[in-house]
Amino acid sequence: MTHWLIAPVVLPAMLAPFIVLAARFHIGIQRVFSIVGVLTLIAIAGGLAWAASDGTVLLYQLGDWAAPFGIVLVGDKLSTIMVLLTAVLALFVLIYAISSGWDDRGWHFHALFQFQLMGILGAFLTGDLFNLFVFFEVLLIASYGLMIHAGGNERLRAGVQYVLFNLIGSTLFLFALGAIYAETGTLNMADLANRVDLIDAGETVGIRVAAVLLLLVFAIKAALVPLHFWLPSSYAEAPAPVAALFAIMTKVGAYAIIRVYTLIFPTDLSVTSGLHDVWLLPAALLSLAIGMVGVLAAKRLDRLVAFSIIGSMGMVMVSIALFSPEGIAAALYYIVHSTLAGAVLFLVADLVRTGRADLNLTPQPPVAGATITAGLFFISAIAMCGLPPLSGFLGKLLVLDAAYGTDLMVWTWVVVLGSSLISIVGFARAGSVLFWKAQSIAPPQDAVPKAPPATMSFVAAGGLITLLAAHTVFAGQVHSYTTAIAAQLFEPAPYISTVVDTPGKLSEPTEGH
Amino acid sequence: MSLFFIVALPFFGALLPGLMNSAGRSACAGVTFTITLAAFVGLLTNLPAIIAGDIVMARVDWMPALGLNFTLMLDGLGFFFALLILGIGLLIIAYARQYLSRNDHMGEFFTYLLLFQGAMVGIVLSDNILLLLIFWELTSLSSFLLIGYWKHLPEGRQGARMALTVTGMGGLAMIAGMLILGQIAGSYDLSVILQNRELIQADPLYLPALILILLGCFTKSAQFPFHFWLPHAMAAPTPVSAYLHSATMVKAGIFLMARMWPVLSGTPEWFVIVTTAGLVTMVLGAVIALFKHDLKALLAFSTVSHLGLITMLLGTGTAFGAMAAVFHILNHATFKAALFMSAGIIDHEAHTRDIRRLGGLRTLMPVTFVIVCLAALSMAGIPLLNGFLSKEMMLEEANHTKLFGSPWLVPVLATVGSLFSAAYSFRLIGHVFLGPVRDDYPAKPHDPGAGLWLPPALLIVPVIVIGVAPFVAEPFVKLVTAAVLGTAADLPSAHLKIWHGLVPALYMSIIAVVGGLGMLAIFNPALRLWENARRPEAKVIFEWLVESSARLAQLLILPLHNGSFSRYAAIGTIAIVIAGYYAWATGTIGAPTYAMQTADPVLISGWCMLVAATLGMVFLHRNRFLSLILIGIVGLMVSIGFVFLSAPDLAMTQFTVEVVTIILMLLALNFLPNRTPIESSVLRRTRDAGVATAGGLASFALAYHYLLRDPVGAPISEFHLANSYKGGGGTNVVNVILVDFRGFDTFGEIIVLSIAALLIYALTETLLDGPVRARLLNRTPDQPRAGDRHPMMMVVLTRGMMPVVMMVGFYIFLSGHNEPGGGFIAGLIVSIGVVMQYMASGFAWTSARLKYPYHGVIGAGVLVAGFTGIGSWFVDKPFLTSDFTYVRIPPFEKFELATAALFDVGVFLSVVGAVMLSLESFSRLARRAETPESLHPMDIDPSRTDPPDVQMKPEGS
Repeated sequence: MTHWLIAPVVLPAMLAPFIVLAARFHIGIQRVFSIVGVLTLIAIAGGLAWAASDGTVLLYQLGDWAAPFGIVLVGDKLSTIMVLLTAVLALFVLIYAISSGWDDRGWHFHALFQFQLMGILGAFLTGDLFNLFVFFEVLLIASYGLMIHAGGNERLRAGVQYVLFNLIGSTLFLFALGAIYAETGTLNMADLANRVDLIDAGETVGIRVAAVLLLLVFAIKAALVPLHFWLPSSYAEAPAPVAALFAIMTKVGAYAIIRVYTLIFPTDLSVTSGLHDVWLLPAALLSLAIGMVGVLAAKRLDRLVAFSIIGSMGMVMVSIALFSPEGIAAALYYIVHSTLAGAVLFLVADLVRTGRADLNLTPQPPVAGATITAGLFFISAIAMCGLPPLSGFLGKLLVLDAAYGTDLMVWTWVVVLGSSLISIVGFARAGSVLFWKAQSIAPPQDAVPKAPPATMSFVAAGGLITLLAAHTVFAGQVHSYTTAIAAQLFEPAPYISTVVDTPGKLSEPTEGH
Repeated sequence: MSLFFIVALPFFGALLPGLMNSAGRSACAGVTFTITLAAFVGLLTNLPAIIAGDIVMARVDWMPALGLNFTLMLDGLGFFFALLILGIGLLIIAYARQYLSRNDHMGEFFTYLLLFQGAMVGIVLSDNILLLLIFWELTSLSSFLLIGYWKHLPEGRQGARMALTVTGMGGLAMIAGMLILGQIAGSYDLSVILQNRELIQADPLYLPALILILLGCFTKSAQFPFHFWLPHAMAAPTPVSAYLHSATMVKAGIFLMARMWPVLSGTPEWFVIVTTAGLVTMVLGAVIALFKHDLKALLAFSTVSHLGLITMLLGTGTAFGAMAAVFHILNHATFKAALFMSAGIIDHEAHTRDIRRLGGLRTLMPVTFVIVCLAALSMAGIPLLNGFLSKEMMLEEANHTKLFGSPWLVPVLATVGSLFSAAYSFRLIGHVFLGPVRDDYPAKPHDPGAGLWLPPALLIVPVIVIGVAPFVAEPFVKLVTAAVLGTAADLPSAHLKIWHGLVPALYMSIIAVVGGLGMLAIFNPALRLWENARRPEAKVIFEWLVESSARLAQLLILPLHNGSFSRYAAIGTIAIVIAGYYAWATGTIGAPTYAMQTADPVLISGWCMLVAATLGMVFLHRNRFLSLILIGIVGLMVSIGFVFLSAPDLAMTQFTVEVVTIILMLLALNFLPNRTPIESSVLRRTRDAGVATAGGLASFALAYHYLLRDPVGAPISEFHLANSYKGGGGTNVVNVILVDFRGFDTFGEIIVLSIAALLIYALTETLLDGPVRARLLNRTPDQPRAGDRHPMMMVVLTRGMMPVVMMVGFYIFLSGHNEPGGGFIAGLIVSIGVVMQYMASGFAWTSARLKYPYHGVIGAGVLVAGFTGIGSWFVDKPFLTSDFTYVRIPPFEKFELATAALFDVGVFLSVVGAVMLSLESFSRLARRAETPESLHPMDIDPSRTDPPDVQMKPEGS
């Protein structure tokens, strides 16, 4: 019996209360524990990804109860790679949070950060829908705490909207869970996959509504238009490292959609046909368009970045909505890219903020360290617009390629390419004003030069860019792995049998299921 | 040298000048020059293979699944362009070293230049069209940086954005085109695509692919109607203009058309689109160029015109046309780069590029004069210079081209284009160098040092050599042409020579030159005519387009995202209801499996109270205190509902939660006005009512539907019921589910609770540090305070209650596993006991008697629960595996010891800590507002000897 699969949940879950209990007055100790925790997490996540890479489905039965009666954690290729991505992102975000001093501007940053990680990682690992709800709650409440970290009127206002909208999502989640349980009598995902097959074709409304409600829950998390309204102001107002960490939070929604709608409600399931297989793609295209138009419309850099996150999620969802192995493979490649690119953009926006009065897109005198910041902005903007040579371009090619020959191919291509152009114009305008036009403004005579950001802040942002570069250079390997993930998702039989057929405490020995 | 090195050298080398900036300007330029030279020499080492007719390949797999591989190919065409890029690059680097001033950041410049150079070399050496796309977009990006190099100039910034937008748009279109092309051919490798002419041209998607690819080519090569960005890109430093906008980048589109010529050309669509665009561009560019006063603008439009000429030649689809195109690319690159550099020299020396302010420079700048003279005459098509030869070939080809059914259209327009081309060439010589010497130049012009004039002078050498002895260039031109043609057509037998006899092309050429001189003679009246004509101004239109699309975007986005939460929620709710309804309406409904039960009067009255309280909430919620009471009623009714549904645990939990919540909310209410003001219009409230009703009805419909039907299989709760005692050691299934079957959920939920408490604490702390602190300190309560804030009756009562409450909590905790109860409820009950002390004797008194900080209690609670889970690892069982045993300690009865109880202790502690920490946080706010606080248990205490320290009369009076 090994316990590695639960370690990504238990480690931060124990670290956080420990920090609260023993180190809440000592920021130095908190930092050490936080960093060491995340480093350990990376090592564990790497090991798990390695263990799952040969197609093994890792199973962990909480309390020794067999599914579907107890809760199980399941580590397949998809969930372990998402765990690894989260852990790696967390490290750079944490470095930035520490070097920029954000973590010391309010209370309990590190405890909340660890709880946040616990929520995200648990959501990736769980094999039970109700447990997923619990982890959604954990990550929601922790993210709310992180979002309003350090306070301020604007931030609190945005935070209230954030938490309220997501509470609507949580309520909806309960509705959906109730509906699913009423319809199938189970909450375990693998068991659900078996049971929805039993539903009679003459009695489909129940499961159809349940499938749609659940999709909407995840769509809220993934900021899919028209359920995206919570995102722009909350991401813009959140402290930069928090917003950077949030880059993975929208991916939780995307992950859940991939998981549930390949495993439980695949597109070839007749009782739920004509729903997500038809309507998700238009919504995703709309998100992509709205997001990138928002980039052009934004009057502040942080809002601009927030809208680009919506657009980027739209791109991910476009690819997922194809519900084909190629589409999912492309989506997963793009998810990694979008997470890193979104995170680095928020960090860069914060670097821009250092030394400026605000983030309004108006020319202001250049500040110390602006050259490096400008370079970082240029590179991360390239990444977000999906221009070569970074992985966004490759991701875009993959998505376009996956959409080739589908019914909505023309629409998909037009929106994907058109929104790219809009985002290029938007980012070029912003960068031109922030970094170039600034050169023509003389600093006021009595201006006290502000200190440039800490070196480690640049290192954190640069580190994420290095990861983006690696994601590009090793695109072949990464993509072949995401293709393998997609293949595993479209062949769910081993997953289901591992979860359902592994006996636990008091299980009756049965032949088959 | 391997092709990889040739492409990689400039990219990796690009790091060096940036790093070496502080080592000096010459070091920067020197290192850049060396890198380019190394790549150049590397390219030349492949010459023998090219001459032998081989194709040099290099390949590394990158994304084989997508078909994107790092495949490079060097044939005649690629070699030709690479030679131009690197060769002219060398001259430009030498020139730029002299041209840039001390204030310019040279390292930055050369870094961008090398990035650009690498991208260009990448384009011409790519065998994979997706790889080519990558390099293609990279040239757009690096040229963006180069055009915007002088950041302080608004023209530079605008020009850079315009170039990026237009070429970026073309690049995006080309992505689509290339993907279609690759899908048709089954491979993205040029070597495969070029073999599949018939397959591709027969495909129904050929036309879209062609148009999309041509969009990319036309935008890059500034073909009509995308020609407008190029002149504005001239805001860049002259070396950039010379390099990017005459010799290399703008030729990328031409290169691609040549590259794709074997598969795309030869169809009517190709012919009509490409030839027309080329022809229009050629004439339009030449006409505009004539009337431009800025030297660089004149040259820019002349470049546009010449690119049109080459495009037109490629468009005709004949082998001869292709050969003429190749030859003209070579010739144009030489004389135009020389002209650009000369324009830079004039600008550098005379401090102006305005032709109207120049004139008579012949004697002042004799060297420059000679260079410009030769280059411009070549451009005008004067014999014995190379421009003449390719222009003759163009006219010859035009003469055989029939467009839109007319044999005259192309020859006439080609002649007109050549005429204007000759005219602006003559104007360049005449208005800048000839005429009287003026005394009002902004600076005193003189010939520059050799560093500036030598690079253009070197370019004049091939202008003359090829012009006099065209056979020198013939083998090379034919080699390149063969590469262009591929297997699609045979190499033309025609030779490059000066004299072809009295052919029509010669007459057309003569008309053009004579007409050009004539045009110059009537230049002034023509200029007046031109300037009075209304023309669309590209820059204005572009800026308007960008700004108005930005405004449109703002119009679209900003009102929708205006921060109004009620609107967000309304849109969200409506979307959810519609989506749910759609799913419902498209499904099938079977008969219910249960019959409706009848409701007895007690239930109905409970239901009525619930409804009445909720409705009351809707209408009375502005009175905050009243709404709190109504919420209490709702909570109570829900608890009773749980009792009715045989869930006493839930009822107890709900009940205690209600109590705690109401207390917490009462505390919060202390800081809020009594009434919520009306801030929304009737219309808005009607909308909200509609949305809420829709949501409510939808929830009702769902609940109604599900309650009357069975799940498809036995629900998992049956297992829980059956195994609760056997496996979990408890007869209270709800508790066993909470701490055992689904203990992990509970673990998550106590963490949620703990986070909430930490959050409330962090929030109040931040508030107290901020401006709120001052507001609290200055706050006067809006209502009279109680005179006796800690009344004796209350103190005595709560003290007496405390042990009882503790005992109840303890009992509830212990009984949990078998009877209703458990750690969660016990935690809430104990919290209520403590809260009572706070209420009775105040914050300060209670806190002073507090041994354990609530933070610690929370932390300890989660840790205890977590360690209970981890404990099972030591017996090799999964997290949170429970075990239990029965022990008997006389004189007690046999009782159960379960690990789950330890977990429940964790739950208990977290709940107590969380509730108390939240309460404490609220109290901290209160303390700020209402000092001083009493340290005594009650205000009026008979046993006290000191006078009461709190005022007896109400503070408000």
